[in-house]
Amino acid sequence: MKPRFELFRSTIILITLFWLGLFVLAPHVMVLITSVLSPDPNNLAVWPLNLNSYVNLWDSLYLNVFLDSLYLSLLATGICLLLGYPFAFILSRFSPLLRSILLFMMVVPFWTNSLIRTYAIKLLMGKKGLFNDVLLGVGIIDEPLQILYTEFAVIFGLVYILFPFMVLPLISSFDKLDRSLLEAARDLGANGWHRFWRIIVPLTSPGIIAGCLIVFLPAMGMFYVADLLGGAKNILLGNLIKNQFLVVRDWPFGSALSVSLIVLMALLLWFYFKANQYIQRKGGLDDDTLK
Amino acid sequence: MIPSNKPVLSLGSGLRWLFIAGVMAFLYLPIVVLVVNSFNESKYGHKWQGFSFKWYEKLWHNDALLEAFFNSLTVATLSATCATILGTLMALAVYRYRFRFRQSASALIFVVLMSPDIVLAITFLIVFMALGIQLGFWSLLIAHITFCLPFVVITVYSQLKGFDGNLLEAAQDLGAKESQVFRLVILPLLRPAIAASWLLSFTLSLDDVIISSFVTGPGFEILPIRVFSMVKVGVSPEVNVLATLLMLISLVVVIIVPLLLRRKT
Amino acid sequence: MCNVTESKAFETGVTETETTVTQPDTVIQLSGVTKRYQAQEILSGFNLAVHDGEFFTILGPSGCGKTTVLRLIAGFEPFDEGSLMVAGQDVTLVPAERRPVNTVFQSYALFPHLSVFDNVAFGLKMAKVPKSEIQSRVDEALAMVQLQEFAARKPEQLSGGQKQRVAIARAVVNRPRVLLLDESLSALDYKLRLQMQIELKQLQRKLGITFIYVTHDQEEALSMSDRVLVMQDGRAQQVGTPRQIYESPANLFVARFIGEINVFDGVVQRELGDFQYQVLLSGRYTREVRTDRKYQEGDAVHVMLRPEDLRITSLHGEQKRVGFSGQVLERNYTGQTLDSLIQLDDGQQLKASEFFDEDDPDFDYRINEAVWVDWVHGWEHVIPKQP
Repeated sequence: MKPRFELFRSTIILITLFWLGLFVLAPHVMVLITSVLSPDPNNLAVWPLNLNSYVNLWDSLYLNVFLDSLYLSLLATGICLLLGYPFAFILSRFSPLLRSILLFMMVVPFWTNSLIRTYAIKLLMGKKGLFNDVLLGVGIIDEPLQILYTEFAVIFGLVYILFPFMVLPLISSFDKLDRSLLEAARDLGANGWHRFWRIIVPLTSPGIIAGCLIVFLPAMGMFYVADLLGGAKNILLGNLIKNQFLVVRDWPFGSALSVSLIVLMALLLWFYFKANQYIQRKGGLDDDTLK
Repeated sequence: MIPSNKPVLSLGSGLRWLFIAGVMAFLYLPIVVLVVNSFNESKYGHKWQGFSFKWYEKLWHNDALLEAFFNSLTVATLSATCATILGTLMALAVYRYRFRFRQSASALIFVVLMSPDIVLAITFLIVFMALGIQLGFWSLLIAHITFCLPFVVITVYSQLKGFDGNLLEAAQDLGAKESQVFRLVILPLLRPAIAASWLLSFTLSLDDVIISSFVTGPGFEILPIRVFSMVKVGVSPEVNVLATLLMLISLVVVIIVPLLLRRKT
Repeated sequence: MCNVTESKAFETGVTETETTVTQPDTVIQLSGVTKRYQAQEILSGFNLAVHDGEFFTILGPSGCGKTTVLRLIAGFEPFDEGSLMVAGQDVTLVPAERRPVNTVFQSYALFPHLSVFDNVAFGLKMAKVPKSEIQSRVDEALAMVQLQEFAARKPEQLSGGQKQRVAIARAVVNRPRVLLLDESLSALDYKLRLQMQIELKQLQRKLGITFIYVTHDQEEALSMSDRVLVMQDGRAQQVGTPRQIYESPANLFVARFIGEINVFDGVVQRELGDFQYQVLLSGRYTREVRTDRKYQEGDAVHVMLRPEDLRITSLHGEQKRVGFSGQVLERNYTGQTLDSLIQLDDGQQLKASEFFDEDDPDFDYRINEAVWVDWVHGWEHVIPKQP
């Protein structure tokens, strides 16, 4: 009798551990191992162990790419937050039905695939594209601007692709915001400005941090956005990693680059949990945004 | 006239709507370009040169592109379904059972959620190489299922946490075995979360570029990879048609299918 | 019935001596139960025997372990130590779904996606009862709780009292040996709660099923139960009929938890025979008390009196002065009684509760009025002094 009782339970536990072990834990460990192997054009990665790949990371060429993509990602994240925060705030005040419809509308463009959408943005930004047409038509400029293949184009593309990922955690933290707290603040004489900065922003800060994390790191990897909109100039870390794996075939160096990204992620997550602890200690918040 | 704050309010709500509309325009601008150009006589999407179904006809004969399109849909549907099933079971295991490595399991799910796509992509590439799995349909499916998993687990888990814990005990108390508790109580109550998870996974899978470009091989091409290879030499206008169709088909799947299902039950 | 349970006991390999130890009318037997959460011990060496067919209540403050006892019996928690016998069978390791007990949850835990009928039928379907029998038994159960016409509704369309009834019907339709009720009435408002108390009691008598009821409400416990177990900090403090618990509390905790009580510290001075002693109270008053056990001279004791057992006399009257002198600190009119707080000369405060005398419409006290406090000999309850 007992084995039958346990069968369902054991099965799903086993499936869970098997899948996560094989397709999440093992691959991450393998990347770590690959990063300390030696490159080989035929076998991709071979013995002996060495730290050459990590030494190469400090080459000024790669360091510059790293700093450049850090800068582009930060800027894109900031703009996403500036647009996404009021968007989520306004949505949270709509009726549930209207909110679901608008959120649904935000998801619909995803079905055309982000690469194809990025390609459409490329069309918009060309010398003969809609952006230049409008600017020329209104008379702001006399001859077409070079929009494509600029930093602006890359940031525009990153914001476009990643915007919904900023909005979703923000919406969920606005959902948790207790309306009566705002009423209490109003009752105690806080005006709109104070209510915003002293109640709304602190209480939605878990959503802000989560949204920024979810946008910032992936932004550094968006190689196709840089390829299509940035031309050859503005290379993101993602382009570098992709080239190492699929073109140059230096897997150990590509892995070392990824490990640096993972380390950055770990640092940010550590910051995230510390910040959450701090907020909880300060404000007694119950946060499940990312747990 | 009675003094009223209504005009102020409507100004505020007018501004709000303007902002929402602006953001929506930003999100839909590229979509509009794609849809309009799918009917554009011109080969280059810069100028409108008249309405035409030309590209729809051409697509009909473009076997390679059509195949990539169907491959995309197939992978999205299959991976969404598998990820939903697998993720629901995982959420259940983490929620309901205390087992060795439970903490590690939830940490790993969290790692997948937070890892940038580019990192996930190379981890998949390396493990498929090490396991000797040929890059193609299966590698793509496994990768898509895995990166969709955390979204399913989080959606289902948060609904499970909202349950009255006594419900499951009540079922047990009334003589339900573990599998019956799952089938007769948990599953029906999880329906909204399961539907949402499926939709989210389907969407993420269709949208993905980065992971797919690392884990597909020449034997199995999906739409974004096909389009990416065209970018350098010029993307053919049939892609606009495909983008339009993809959106329409997804809308039909997402809106009509649930309506039909609801009528049945 | 006894034969059946005994033969089952033999089948499971219980030795003869053990079956004779288990009294035939004991339906639940918890022995030496220890339960820990993390490092904290919720129950330690806990024993409990519940008789077949009785209405048994476990009473205690929140966190005393009473719900844990219920969950152990239901099978929702594993035992760290000890064993559980239900109807003579050891079910310590039997999972919840195969124990002959059913639970009525505090939150009702009705399945929100199932109709009232399907909720009640759930357990019968699990037991693979034939369809026709399910129909008739569910109908019967719903009729019993007067909810036949609500069979097709969903739980969300019911009021709190109706949900409560469905939860009860869902449990009793399975004809369990024991019905477990976890603070089942606490979510209802006061009037409905009183009504449900009566209904529950009637239901229990009609069905003849053993009820184990958990509550922190002492009034509920006293009014419904055949026997009450008072618990504190994971330990049984006293088991007995409501009358025994109220009138002869075994210790200070029980005395204070059940109703109001006044406690004097005393020292036994002299034995007067026939369980009567002369006791010095609070070091200054000498009283004769009646007890239920033997004491030695010099033993320290607690002498306890319920507020309604005290007699208060105004000083201004020309009555004979008896008892302890003090003054009125506070008086409260409650409709049925006049409750007063009296401070004795040594500073100790007493609570008194007196019924109105219809012959004396002006019966009342003034604040600070000087009074005498006394009680009828033999109404006091004496226990040995506790640390």
